[in-house]
Amino acid sequence: MTALLSLSGVTAFYGAIQALRGIDLTVEKGEIVTLIGANGAGKSTLMMTICGSPRARSGQIIHEGQDITQWPTHLIMRRRIAQAPEGRRIFNRMTVHENLLMGAEVAGRADTADGLEQVFTLFPRLKERISQRGGTLSGGEQQMLAIGRALMSRPTLLLLDEPSLGLAPLVVRQIFGAIRDLNRTTGLTVLLVEQNAYQALRLAHRGYVLVNGSITMAGTGSELLARPEIRAAYLEGGHT
Amino acid sequence: MTALRDAFLSALVALGLFAPLVGLVTTSGEHGLSLELRPIATAIVVGLVFFGRLVVLSRRGRTRTETTQANRALAERVTRAGKYVTPILLVAAVALPFTGSRYYIDLGTLVLTYIMLGWGLNIVVGLAGLLDLGYVAFYAVGAYSFALLATTFGLGFWTCLPLAGIFAAFAGIMLGFPVLRLRGDYLAIVTLAFGEIIRVVLINWVSLTNGPNGITGIPRPTLFGLAFSMDGGPGTFADFFNVEPAVIQRIIFLYYVILGLALLTNWVSLRLRRMPLGRAWEALREDEVACRSLGINVRNTKLTAFGIGAMFGGFAGAFFATRQAFISPESFTFIESATVLAIVVLGGLGSQLGVALAAIVMVGGLETLRDFLSFLGDQMDSPLFSGIASELPLYRMLIFGLALVVMMVLRPRGLVSGRTPSVALHKVKDIAPDLVAQGRG
Repeated sequence: MTALLSLSGVTAFYGAIQALRGIDLTVEKGEIVTLIGANGAGKSTLMMTICGSPRARSGQIIHEGQDITQWPTHLIMRRRIAQAPEGRRIFNRMTVHENLLMGAEVAGRADTADGLEQVFTLFPRLKERISQRGGTLSGGEQQMLAIGRALMSRPTLLLLDEPSLGLAPLVVRQIFGAIRDLNRTTGLTVLLVEQNAYQALRLAHRGYVLVNGSITMAGTGSELLARPEIRAAYLEGGHT
Repeated sequence: MTALRDAFLSALVALGLFAPLVGLVTTSGEHGLSLELRPIATAIVVGLVFFGRLVVLSRRGRTRTETTQANRALAERVTRAGKYVTPILLVAAVALPFTGSRYYIDLGTLVLTYIMLGWGLNIVVGLAGLLDLGYVAFYAVGAYSFALLATTFGLGFWTCLPLAGIFAAFAGIMLGFPVLRLRGDYLAIVTLAFGEIIRVVLINWVSLTNGPNGITGIPRPTLFGLAFSMDGGPGTFADFFNVEPAVIQRIIFLYYVILGLALLTNWVSLRLRRMPLGRAWEALREDEVACRSLGINVRNTKLTAFGIGAMFGGFAGAFFATRQAFISPESFTFIESATVLAIVVLGGLGSQLGVALAAIVMVGGLETLRDFLSFLGDQMDSPLFSGIASELPLYRMLIFGLALVVMMVLRPRGLVSGRTPSVALHKVKDIAPDLVAQGRG
């Protein structure tokens, strides 16, 4: 069986600066895979490279047996890959409803109602706020909206970039709970980029550790959590 | 005391500004130009600034929340009134020709042309958030396409109208390609240059456009083949309806043509806003990266915004050409782009009603102000005001500029700055203007 998504030897540059140095990574169908690492390790770059912006300079990105390395972003996003980008990037002046509809643009409007229903079951909060402007939501609600918007395209692979950024621990737990539910009930594959290593590794089936643009460690979530060097680098400071 | 000092300082600044602007005037005497002093006029203006500043300072005591509340209450009232304003405006627009006054109908035609241009530019600037300073280029392309097609191939207005729109849309897409990656200030500079390029080409390509002399003899539009000519011969409007031929018939017809075109523009933009394409434009204005990550083809979305916006500019240009029967590059200078952009920004980016109101104020208001000032000048026959009274209408631009500044201070997000959601499940709730972020070019 081939992996849903596999990267081999992927490098990416910002101008002259090399951000990714030969990344090998696979995501199997139905998995939650997390990518942890410090600030500037290249986590978000890796996420964006999968989406084709910036394009990988060398290496290969294969999605469902198709080489998508050189594809333009909007076509990649039409392969039922959805992304909730870093910093949420919701449409501030548009309502929650309009934001969600923007997510369904790619999928075609045939099952928009079902999609909305699914999102509202997952995040009932959004239903209450449906005609409110995106920019007036709280941080947690905005993150829910960003994930909900991504789910509207009925993806088979969901890319989440730091969903816990700037959120209270309780809200983070809520959102991670929703991701786990989604994965269990619909078999949605998730690639999760996180700084909150403890929560992410507990949630994920497998994890990769990214340091300076290269993957230094890989393993199952509990394996990585048990490693002393991981504890030292990412978990010190008493996480709950 | 501080208020007095502050007002005095303001008056001092005003003195420095207006002493040369208002206080000095050149008159041509026997020995060529001579300089004349006008202390009274200067004193009046400086006095106005002094007392104006005092009034502003006395109102400053109000707290910020009070002001916000007052603004919100005003916005609510405007929104509620908006329900009535639209039909009233529409009825007034349809009824205007029945006044029979040529002056009003001509003014109405001019205002409607700017409303149409404003609505067209609103698609590009208000919805898609692409700051376009060269909109006049598409107006020019539309006008010249029609003029050249009509004078060269003898085609009529109604045949050329869609062609003019198509040519302008192509020009829009042509402009769109190189500026796809630009945003904000950089985009504004390039579009500004584009507007100038078109004008310079029109001036210098003499063999095609007749250069600065322009194109004359552009045909007038017909009503289903009935011409509006003065001879009243067979096949003319007057002959068909058995009435005396009169110029006013053509004027009224032109008025209804532009009214129809403007309403078409409005209808299309309202429809588009409700469609996925319009939503994509708005999303693009909000966040380009997010759009891309949702699988939206940013390039095509931008190009359609440029193309459709330009198309309406082209329609308006063709109308302009047929109304004037003469066009030259002089009509397509940067000031036109600036006026239309000012209408869109003043109206509140993205608001259809706001654009209409702003055009009425900007174009109609300026004319009315000129009339009012010359009326005022006639009343002031005291020798004290000698020299000022007759020149009062010349100050209309100054007053108008002041009005714009005051307006931007009081309502920085435009006349009608709320945004109605394009979809709503239950009751449509307007988004209050103070919650709407400032437009980012």
